[in-house]
Amino acid sequence: MQLAQIAADLGLECLVPLEPEREVRGGYCSDLLSDVLAHTQPGDLWITHQRHLNVVAVGKLREVAGIVFARGLRPSPDVVARAQTERVNLFVSPDPAFEVAGKLYRALHP
Amino acid sequence: MVRRTNVVLRRIYPIAPRDLEQAGTVSTHVRRELLALGMNPDVVRRASVVCFEGEMNMVLYSQGGRIILLVKEDRVEILFSDHGPGIADIDLASQPGYSTAPDWARELGFGAGLGINNMEKNSDLFKIRSRVGEGTVVRATILVGVPFF
Repeated sequence: MQLAQIAADLGLECLVPLEPEREVRGGYCSDLLSDVLAHTQPGDLWITHQRHLNVVAVGKLREVAGIVFARGLRPSPDVVARAQTERVNLFVSPDPAFEVAGKLYRALHP
Repeated sequence: MVRRTNVVLRRIYPIAPRDLEQAGTVSTHVRRELLALGMNPDVVRRASVVCFEGEMNMVLYSQGGRIILLVKEDRVEILFSDHGPGIADIDLASQPGYSTAPDWARELGFGAGLGINNMEKNSDLFKIRSRVGEGTVVRATILVGVPFF
């Protein structure tokens, strides 16, 4: 499913809109960076509460389709700027991580 | 006899201790270099994870050092060497779940105790040498689709 469609279905606010047509294949929910590095697959949507600079690097290195900050948590402008430079799609959701994951699962496995 | 393979690319990156602002930039640079060489995406991902974990360990725990990227015809080698403090018990430090990360680092999502484990899992050859009071050298090698013999 395409990133733009997922964002619309889940009510995500897009902070760094880069690749609306990027294919989303799954999701991963974690705040531990090593865990994310070990277990996300390329094309996953990564749902997290972490919102510092290193998150952008982790997302880039694992080639996630995008990063969703749950519970309305907003990254600082330098994080958004780094994501623009590194070309990583960033989103904010007002929902808690559990609900973001639930909605994503439903969208991907109707 | 050890066959010497040609070095295709060599990069040396200095690492400053506790510089979290810059942490991760070496790994993203290494990733770009490997992609530019047209390497297999799986090799690039594995090398990127190895590099990031090593870089973060150096930033969080060492007194600084450097990362050397060596791309040879049949392998990617990443060398991490720091100026200390050294690891007293490498087996213990390598145990999944073991971490000496301070609370502030854990709150940022570091210190899961999976770093060395991740490096090892994504490498084909992996070696840590360390002496307390002197420093640590880690050599991680990722083979690039070599034939078996």
